[in-house]
Amino acid sequence: MSGAKTLLPSGDATRCVGAGQCVRTAPDVFDQDDGGTVVVLVAEVDESHRALLDEAAYLCPASAIAFTERG
Amino acid sequence: MNDENGAGDLPELPMTRECPYHPPAAYEDLRAIGPVTRVRQFDGRPVWAVTGHLETRELLSSPHMSVDRFHPNFPMPIPALTQLQSSRTPAIGALIRTDPPEHTRQRRDILPSFTLKKIGVLRPRIEQICADRLDAITAKGPVVDLVEEYTKPAVAMVLSQLLGVPFADREYFEDLTYRRFDPAQVVDALADLTDYLSRLLRAKETDPGDGLLDDLVGKVLAGELERDELVKYALVLVIAGQETTANTIALSVLTLLEHPDQLALLLDDPSLWPNAVEELLRFLAITGGLSRVATADIQLGDLTIADGDGLIFLNPGANRDEAQFERPNELDVRRTVRNHLTFGFGIHQCIGQNLARVEVEIALRALFTRIPTLRLAVPMEQIAVRQGLVFGLAELPVTW
Ligand code: HEM
Repeated sequence: MSGAKTLLPSGDATRCVGAGQCVRTAPDVFDQDDGGTVVVLVAEVDESHRALLDEAAYLCPASAIAFTERG
Repeated sequence: MNDENGAGDLPELPMTRECPYHPPAAYEDLRAIGPVTRVRQFDGRPVWAVTGHLETRELLSSPHMSVDRFHPNFPMPIPALTQLQSSRTPAIGALIRTDPPEHTRQRRDILPSFTLKKIGVLRPRIEQICADRLDAITAKGPVVDLVEEYTKPAVAMVLSQLLGVPFADREYFEDLTYRRFDPAQVVDALADLTDYLSRLLRAKETDPGDGLLDDLVGKVLAGELERDELVKYALVLVIAGQETTANTIALSVLTLLEHPDQLALLLDDPSLWPNAVEELLRFLAITGGLSRVATADIQLGDLTIADGDGLIFLNPGANRDEAQFERPNELDVRRTVRNHLTFGFGIHQCIGQNLARVEVEIALRALFTRIPTLRLAVPMEQIAVRQGLVFGLAELPVTW
């Protein structure tokens, strides 16, 4: 294994329009609070989540979802 | 942009569907000219028509797109809208026709009622509504119009529940929302709806229940929201949520009946339904054009959209873009599509989309489970359709 990376997901609640795409895509990473905007459930996930995070970022209509890498 | 003479030779919008479940064939011609190309509106004004998938995503998520319907270049995708724009009701005064920061505040106001959790709670109620309608339909037979007997009433009942319309008023309220479907009655129906909703909200201020309107009446009482604005929220939900969903369900039924191999897959393996709903949404995309006006110059490849240019997004066309989807014109309930543009893109992406998904899925699954031998009572060619901003079937006579 070549240096497995840790992924740090982020959800920008000020940009969020509550479409729910991230929650439908990666429900163990993203949720909605009672107001309907994004909350990030976990500070970091492993490499196996990369495709899901990419998809969540791509589907978000308000460009509120992103992630950075560490490791 | 205002060169009226130059617009003369351009293709003209609106275009109409030749087949109920395909976009107008000429959308393909438009995309062949360019994913963003010049066309002429029925009133002679030129406008950009967007049929490319990538371009739709990029432009609809640009901060330089406005939905200000009072801008002189704001598009008018169909003639019938002229009537509504000049009507005495604030027909589409909230959300869908407001820009930030007003839009942001309005969207935040109603968002709590549309979380996936809240929609999940509505599921059993929607199941019950569909089951009751199907009881009535199977008792009635042998030929039933599914638009009158199933899709329209079921969707209206869900909306009543969502909003918190009291049981005693349901029939009156639902009748008002049906009258809205009739082009000859739409202006009066919207005025009556506005009056009804204003009265209802006053009553709720002293006797609250458990719907979306009840949740927001608290804000009115606390002085955080004008009652008139709450009426606009209710109206936009009726306008944006009802015909779209009812028409999508009816057209899905027709489409599946005309694709028996695809329907057979679903009858065989009901776990395919959620996937099939997403593909039906991509395939059918019943909205006829999302309107915007640019508020700055936008560079898109070697194309410049100038500040003040109008744009019409033909999202049913973008859903058939072969640059994005394989065999785009084939209905394939087994394919996984999540990136269709049926609910739009950008900050206005449909706030009711997750409710719509649940409604479409439950209505279709309940119908075909209950009546697996369902078939059209007349050939498809004889079924009357409504072209327009929201495409739909005027009737859907079925038998079994
Ligand atoms: C299959 C059914 C539906 C379809 C195809 C649909 C389609 C759309 C589209 C394309 C937009 C974006 C318009 C634009 O960007 O100009 C939109 C917005 C909207 N929809 Fe839906 N919709 C559906 C169901 C619903 C339901 C069930 C509701 C609510 C009960 C609803 C409420 C709204 C509202 C309020 C907006 C405006 C959102 C905003 O501007 O922020 N829709 N819808």
